[in-house]
Amino acid sequence: MSTSTHGSLVVEDLSVRIGQVEVVRDLNLAVGAGEFWGLLGPNGVGKTTLLKTLAGVFAPERGGVRLDGRRLDAMPRRDIARRLGMLPQHTHYAFDASCLETALVGRHPHLNAWGRESSSDRERASEALSELDLLELAGRSCMDLSGGESRRLALATLLVQDPTIMLLDEPTNHLDPANQVTMLNVLHRQVREKRKAALMALHEVNLATCYCSHVLLLYGNGEWDAGPSSELLTADNLSRLYRCRVRLVDDGRQRVFAVAGGAGGPGEHSAG
Amino acid sequence: MASAPVIWRPIIWLTLLALPPLALLLAASWGSSGWVWPFAADETMQRVIAELRLPRAIAALATGSLLALAGCLMQVLLRNPLADPYVLGLSGGAAAFVLVGMSLGLAALPVPVLAFAGAMLTMVIVFVLARGRGPWSTTRVLLTGVVVAAGWGALISLLLATGPDASLRSMLYWLMGDLSYARLSAWWLLPLAAGVGLLWLRARSLNVMTGGELQAALLGEATRTRFWEIYLIASLLTALAVSMAGAIGFVGLIVPHLMRLLVGADHRVLLPAAALFGGAFLLLADTAARSLLAPRQLPVGVLTALIGVPLFLLLLYRAARIR
Repeated sequence: MSTSTHGSLVVEDLSVRIGQVEVVRDLNLAVGAGEFWGLLGPNGVGKTTLLKTLAGVFAPERGGVRLDGRRLDAMPRRDIARRLGMLPQHTHYAFDASCLETALVGRHPHLNAWGRESSSDRERASEALSELDLLELAGRSCMDLSGGESRRLALATLLVQDPTIMLLDEPTNHLDPANQVTMLNVLHRQVREKRKAALMALHEVNLATCYCSHVLLLYGNGEWDAGPSSELLTADNLSRLYRCRVRLVDDGRQRVFAVAGGAGGPGEHSAG
Repeated sequence: MASAPVIWRPIIWLTLLALPPLALLLAASWGSSGWVWPFAADETMQRVIAELRLPRAIAALATGSLLALAGCLMQVLLRNPLADPYVLGLSGGAAAFVLVGMSLGLAALPVPVLAFAGAMLTMVIVFVLARGRGPWSTTRVLLTGVVVAAGWGALISLLLATGPDASLRSMLYWLMGDLSYARLSAWWLLPLAAGVGLLWLRARSLNVMTGGELQAALLGEATRTRFWEIYLIASLLTALAVSMAGAIGFVGLIVPHLMRLLVGADHRVLLPAAALFGGAFLLLADTAARSLLAPRQLPVGVLTALIGVPLFLLLLYRAARIR
């Protein structure tokens, strides 16, 4: 493994289809260390399916994914899990376990069959919980959590797994605005300070403009665009992406994208 | 609170470790002829203990452990704390085979062999039919198993309705779960312990599997392989238990449930705890079943159900978290 490919996810001529939906056609992409990618697209365009394909749990139609230079489909799951982790859209806990135990499960791919979590693993788990303001809940059962707490616990588990590539499927689901910012700050720190790479599906365009260095836009029908956020996040692109008129609002301190709604409908927006 | 407080842990474990030997001692001392201290018994009594009570007690111990472990595994497999080793029709298959053997008067084939064959056949049927092309599906396995179980149930009713009256009583006893004819030498506990040890090496994988297929795959498990591996081991454990003692219910349901409340859901502690307590529980129940109404002997399955049903309902009623 050469150092240049370490911590990288390279997508080569990837075509993904689920049922009748063509998610991407001939996608070429390199997600490198220190890059925070946003994955944007309307509902049902296949964002989750694409993330699953990149995680190696969904088979593409054509093309492939390389993780640290190795073909993903030729790697044992355990090797993948040490380098690449994913926050699924939903987590469901069927059995009682404390939050600390649930977070510790993230160490699984790093331990032998007979290995036990060391004290440093436990420290790591406590740290992850405290980073997400869950430390007081460490002893609480994972089945007694609210939607937002459950979401943060799932991210804590991912932080404990400590992969260099993080795939995140709508991490801000169920979270209030303050917790959305907390969560994205945590992820941003991971990318910046620990030189990780992240690809995050989300619906909030303005969170993407704040946090993501790059974006991948899925238009449907297999069409896509990928590149630096500053170039791609424009009112025109977003209008095409979401099939409704989006405009840029700038109050001098912050630039936000807003859906131009109202009874007038798309195209009839007054130039105001 | 996910399980009992940490300070209670040593006491819980000491109790769990002490229970099987104490239950063995009780089983040796108590019987239809009353109480005898086994170390001060006369020669006849010593033969009764060594040749009748102890082999049966060890069979009870082993059967209870097997059922409790199979229960733990089935619950992971079906991702449901209320799953039970018999849900997938294994005991039905075993029972149907045994009844066919009894009604045909096949003396050449001993009951345990027939029972094991029936359970294994059911296992293969469910395995083949539930193994669709899609990803692992808990629902598909569950539905296949439940329907196969219903089929065996119909066959059993048919056999009971048309079978010779002479064998009806032994058929019924076997269906209710009975350890009267179960014999196991103490040597059998060694492969059983080795099996628990091997299973224990997979315990952390079991923890990960409870999170569901996607989560388990993302944490590095080859989920499909692991799923069928758990299914095969759980079926094998159930088949062994059924072949020894017939269809004993509720041990596989109650014991893992109780142990989860006591030691937590981590399978590295849950599996040994369930094996110890399951064995002791069934042995105590069997000792009571053969001694309480002496000289009459009850099938132990009746007793485990009589204890299990109210206990389970109570746990279910009190548990706020089962969804």
